[in-house]
Amino acid sequence: MDWQAFSLSIELAAVTLLVLLPPGVLAARWLARTRFSGKAWIEAFVVLPLVLPPTVLGYYLLVSLGAGSPFGAWMLDSFDIRMTFNFAGLLIASLVFNIPFIVQPVQRAFEAIPDNLAEAAAVCGLSGWQTFWRVELPLAWPGILSAMVLTFVHTLGEFGVVLMMGGSIPGETKTVAIAIYDRVQSFDLAGADRMALLLLALSLGAVAASFFASARLAARR
Amino acid sequence: MRAVCLIQRIVLLCVLAFSLTAPAPARGAEPPTVAAASDLKFAIEEVAARFERETGQRMRLVFGSSGNFFSQIRQGAPFHLFMSADEDFVFRLADQGLTQDRGRLYAYGRIGLMVPRGSLLKADGELRDLAQALRDGRLKKFAIANPEHAPYGARAKEALQHAGVWADIEPRLVLGENISQAAQFATSGATQGGIIALSLAKVPQVSALGEFALIPESWHRKLAQRMVLLRGAPPAARAFYDYLATPAAQDIMRRHGFAMPGA
Repeated sequence: MDWQAFSLSIELAAVTLLVLLPPGVLAARWLARTRFSGKAWIEAFVVLPLVLPPTVLGYYLLVSLGAGSPFGAWMLDSFDIRMTFNFAGLLIASLVFNIPFIVQPVQRAFEAIPDNLAEAAAVCGLSGWQTFWRVELPLAWPGILSAMVLTFVHTLGEFGVVLMMGGSIPGETKTVAIAIYDRVQSFDLAGADRMALLLLALSLGAVAASFFASARLAARR
Repeated sequence: MRAVCLIQRIVLLCVLAFSLTAPAPARGAEPPTVAAASDLKFAIEEVAARFERETGQRMRLVFGSSGNFFSQIRQGAPFHLFMSADEDFVFRLADQGLTQDRGRLYAYGRIGLMVPRGSLLKADGELRDLAQALRDGRLKKFAIANPEHAPYGARAKEALQHAGVWADIEPRLVLGENISQAAQFATSGATQGGIIALSLAKVPQVSALGEFALIPESWHRKLAQRMVLLRGAPPAARAFYDYLATPAAQDIMRRHGFAMPGA
């Protein structure tokens, strides 16, 4: 069992969630509440990382951020900051490919809240932000919870982007998905089995737990 | 007012989160990183273990296809020693000024036909039964590494061309991302066989899975394997580079099926 790879994956998933959740929820609410002509394009861009092959996404990130790119070279020369093949690079990739996993479920959750609820809150004298905090957010909570779980679990399992951007360096960018691939190529199927099973159990457990929690939240309402 | 305050707090949180992750690159003194071609997997692990026993210095090993490493190094991958399966990649990096010098030849590799247990194909290095199997339809799938970026795949392609079966076998090929994956395909039973590295065929976990026969060396360009220190490589990386020329390291390499340069 490659615990180093496992803890790296968990760290990546946790930091991704921490950074992506606040802007993701705000963006989702904005998309749920506004109508304008170019909205379909914005929504398409949000979904893009979901439908694009991860290697394509990873490739674009690599050639735009790598040291061979103008931007990557400038960051490296001016600030000595490497944008790829390290944890920061993985995090950038992870933030991009998780945008749809946060925004989509949360946007659906906000859309499900009837408009007249906000109007009622306004009549009661609540400001826009008070309504957001005290009315909309609690109602959207099951959607936010499932978005969080999806993002976390999806990051644990992500492979293609990590392979392109990370370079599979142990302790730095070798996540659990890469470690499993590596075990198979080393003809260590028993090792691959153990890690795959743990990942499977963890993913299933997290998703099931979020469904139970959502159901209980719905029942309490 | 409250909205502004909240946005400030969120921005602050993001900055905090980023500053928490910023020290990540400086995770203590990490050992030097070796990017090694997949055919070296088992040999270099053994050499590195012995090197660590003798010097106390650990090496971080990353395995993959030489072509992929070539692209990654051009994109600034923080490797210190690149052990390519094909010297062309080393020369091209040297021409771009990314290496300390033009490196050193460390081994010659060999390829052969691997046939999994129970396959309808015979393990014959001259590929006669392979040609026959193509004619009589016994051969459904055949594994090689991707010739586009894996040197062992490129040599496999040359050998198949030499045997005059390339055009017929091409639609039946299953391409591994590197030679380890090709070996995985060739032995899993999903294919009737494949062309893999001798260094992998000698590994007990692999040899237990089937039969292997060497392909004549003259059927393909030499697998001249060259390694090079990259710019900014620490002294420990150079020590390992030098260690690979010692008799102890060369013995291990020979045992894994590599021919030594000058021998």
